[in-house]
Formats: sequence, structure tokens, C-alpha cells
Amino acid sequence: MAASPASKAYALPHDLPLDSGQALSGVEIAYESYGELAADKSNVVLICHALTGDQYVASTHPITGKPGWWERMVGPGKPIDTDRFHVICANVIGSCMGSTGPASEASDGTPYAMRFPVITIRDMVRGLVALLDGLGIERLHTVVGGSMGGMQALSLAANWPERAARVLVIASTARHSAQNIAFHEVGRQAIMADPAWKGGDYYASGASPDNGLAVARMAAHITYLSEEGLTEKFGRRLQDRDSKSFGFDADFQVESYLRYQGSGFTQRFDANSYLYITRAMDYFDLAEEHGGRLARAFEGATSRFCLVSFDTDWLYPTSESRHIVHALNAAGAKVSFVELSAPHGHDSFLLEHHALDRVVQGFLE
Amino acid sequence: MTALATQLRPDLAAIADHIEPGSRVLDIGCGNGDLMAVLEKQFGCDARGIEIDPVRVERSVARGLSVVQGDADRDLANYPDKAFDYAILSQTLQTAERPDRMLDELLRVGTKAFVSFPNFAHWRTRAALMFGGRMPVTRALPVSWYETENIHHVTVDDFRELARLKGARIERSWFFANEREIGAPPFAWAANWRAEFAVFQLSR
Repeated sequence: MAASPASKAYALPHDLPLDSGQALSGVEIAYESYGELAADKSNVVLICHALTGDQYVASTHPITGKPGWWERMVGPGKPIDTDRFHVICANVIGSCMGSTGPASEASDGTPYAMRFPVITIRDMVRGLVALLDGLGIERLHTVVGGSMGGMQALSLAANWPERAARVLVIASTARHSAQNIAFHEVGRQAIMADPAWKGGDYYASGASPDNGLAVARMAAHITYLSEEGLTEKFGRRLQDRDSKSFGFDADFQVESYLRYQGSGFTQRFDANSYLYITRAMDYFDLAEEHGGRLARAFEGATSRFCLVSFDTDWLYPTSESRHIVHALNAAGAKVSFVELSAPHGHDSFLLEHHALDRVVQGFLE
Repeated sequence: MTALATQLRPDLAAIADHIEPGSRVLDIGCGNGDLMAVLEKQFGCDARGIEIDPVRVERSVARGLSVVQGDADRDLANYPDKAFDYAILSQTLQTAERPDRMLDELLRVGTKAFVSFPNFAHWRTRAALMFGGRMPVTRALPVSWYETENIHHVTVDDFRELARLKGARIERSWFFANEREIGAPPFAWAANWRAEFAVFQLSR
């Protein structure tokens, strides 16, 4: 397996102001781009990634060697057609794939760890806007994101309304619910309960809180799938055995699958980044930022919006998308919305879905 | 009538012909977006749609139209007063939970409204009920009583009465049978017998 070459990196020429009132200096943003940039820079599609995603949207992941996370959507002749569009995908700040995050070195030469400031979705987007400024891109053809990527697309539309002509939000929400926060808190507590976490200062210790991070991922992964999907994929089938072991090995296939997902995740993700990014998602409430009324977030918006939800997504259910659509209607914005049928829950946006392809392609026309 | 508009269903073509170019239009029950596409591409309108069927919504969005999957009974409430120059309710009134309230909502969100519906007093329907003694299944109402979405059958005269009760002014009306317009004034009095479909333009 040939690793991808390192991503392009953009060093911000100025400190990045944060919602907390602090500022982050020496910020770098790692990004990938695909397709030719038009001379008038009018064909840029910015893709915002999800919680544990990264900039490798359509290129091989340098650690796992797996294909890009949205290769079925992005590429030559694909719905987001790189023969037509210049596609940019950047690692969000707080993450761990090249952009500045808790594992990055602070000014004293040691990793920030928990000295990294708490960031918000809007801070991530502020970083993305700084990248676009640096690249001289004033107005995006489209900003698109699923899940946390959709939160960033909404935040861009609300706070920098002139920066995107089209806003495509898939399987997302305008606020984290109590249930969303609760699941994230389970994950964070699992990480912080791992003795190897050491208050976040594990970078020099030679061991990282992999057990805690794996449990966090396992809990979260359940929320990305539907009960129907789990039943269809695993049922009560046993893993490599004919009968129950009367012990605590992974007797069931579903246990084995979750353990595999958890441990695989620790190979490519930093536990502190997981803490910071889940916190940013929990803090997200677009209405709260705009005087408590979501419609106010979109007042005067000239962008076209498209929202897509999936009927089996219980993490960010259709009602959340509808809530955004109602606010956009109240603000007089141009909006499309469709709930697609798919068996796989929240993760449906990453999987094969021809209707989603048609909607994405049509909206980008 | 222009080339694209002639491909429309006759009731939609009549509506398209009476919409000012460049106006803001809400098409409730927009189906595959046929009328919206004509209004946007040919008349330069800013057209938005509401449609309950997800497959039709997906087709409309894939055509580049702004269509929201939703239920007109609930979702009209989110639009501000007079957000549109025209609100169109095509073949949807008879499926509404409360057609009277929907008419109010139409005239709240739109300065003018178009309403089209199958006329239950058409002579075929009357004949089917009178001589067959069964709920009519006709060309205009092709679905059996137990699976039809039409929960509030309405006649031309019923609608005129509802408009009067609601203080809505009927500005124009069109009547159709056999896919053709019929009974243009001065024969409109016979519409309640002869029309399979009716279209009304209203304001308040």
C-alpha cells in the first residue's frame, strides 16, 4: 500500500479568534483538492467532513490505506464531478490529520493537550473561511457536508452568507439534542476514565488511551446505524463458534464487529481530538447564536439550500432537518428538502444510495 | 400559449398563462415540478414547491427545483404573510384535512391564489352514483373510495360557496372536460354539470 503524499497545508497569517474569547496562533490547516480550478474561481465545492472524518474525501487515507471516505460521491463523472468542479476538503481545527489540534505543538514546543482552547463549530468554519481567503476564493459554488459537516455548512451560511451560492446539508441538525450530548458524554467519560489518558498528557508517555477511545467509538458507532441494519447484518449470530462460551469474549458477531471498529479507530485518531470535537458539536446551537430564533440565522440569505435526511437516522432524525427547513421558509430562503428511505441509519449518507446521488447532482446543476 | 406550457396538463397550462413573469410562486402539491419548471425557465419566476411524495420530491430536486417534502396541512404555517405573489393548490384541496383552513392559508401566504380540483358534481359522477348506487370511479376520480386520498369531495358550486363564506373574491375560473377547456363564460353556469376539473383564481 502506497501512502498518499502529505496534504497541502495552509499557515494562517494571523491568529484565529475563537468563540471562547481566546485566539489560536500559528494555525495550520491541512487540505486536499481535486479537479481544475476555473480561471474565475467560480467552480469551487467545499466539502466539510464529519466528526472523525478528514480531508481525504476522495484519496487514499495515509494511515489506513483505505479509499477516500466519500469516493462514491466525489470524482470524475461522480455526482460531485471533479471534471467540472474544483473540490476542496480541509481537516477541521481540533482534529488530528494535519490541522492544528490538541496534539499539535504549542509555543513552548510541547503538545497542547488540554491546554488547547475549547472550540466551536463556528470556530472550525472560521478556520475554513481563512483558508478560502488564503486561496483567494470569495464565493463557493457549493458548500456541502453530512453530519458534523452539515453543521459547518449551516454555520457558514448563517455567519458568512455571501460565501456560498449553494448550501447542501445531509443528515444533520441545527443543534445537539440532550440525547446527542448524552452519547458524546459517554464517549468522553470512557476516554477520561482510561488511566493512560493522564489528564490528556499522554503524548510523551509512549501509551495513549486506546481502550477508552475504542469504547467511545463503539458507543458512537451504534448511533450511526439503525436497529434494522444491525439486525440484518448480525442478528444474534455467533462469532466463529457454534455455541455461547459462557464467558465474556466476543460471542456475538455484533460484539466482534464493534471491537474491530473501536480498535481500528484508535490507529487513526487522537483521543484528545475526540474530546474537543465532540464538545464543539455539543455546544452547537445555531438558533442560540442568533437570538434564539433559527429563522434569524438565515435572514437575508440569498443562497439556495438543500437538506436531505434519512428515514432510519435516529441520531439526527428527519424532524431536525424539517426544523431547519421551516426556519428557512420563514426567512424566505430558497430551499429543497427530501427525506430519503435507506436501511442503514445515520451512516446512509456515506453508503450507496442512487436517489442521494441524483439529488446531489441535480442540486449542483 | 407557449411551446413548453402546451405540454402541461390543461389546468396547469391555464394557471401558467395567468401568472406574471418574474413573480414569486408557491406550488402546493407540485408533483414532479412540471409547472414550476415552466414558470422558472420560461417566465423567470421564483418558484417554490411543496410535495408530500418523496419520490416526486427527489425528481423535482434532481431537476434543480426548490421543492420541500412536506404536508400542506401543517407546513404552510411556516411561511410568512404574503411571501408569494401566487399560491397554487393544484388537485390538493380535496385531500386536505380542512380545505376551509387551507384556503385561508393560501390567501395568507399568497396575494393571489389558484385552486384546481376535480368536480364531484360532473354528470358522470352523478350518473355513477344515481344509477350504480356506488361511490363513483370515473376518469377524473379513478381511485376506489377505500384507497382514495380525496377525503373531501367538492363541487364547483360548493367551492363558490366556500369562497363566499371566506370573503375570497373569484377573479377568474376555468372548466375542463376531456382534457379541453369548456364552458367559458357565458356558459359558466353549466360548469357544475359539465366540468370534470375546475380552476379558480382568487384574491382577498
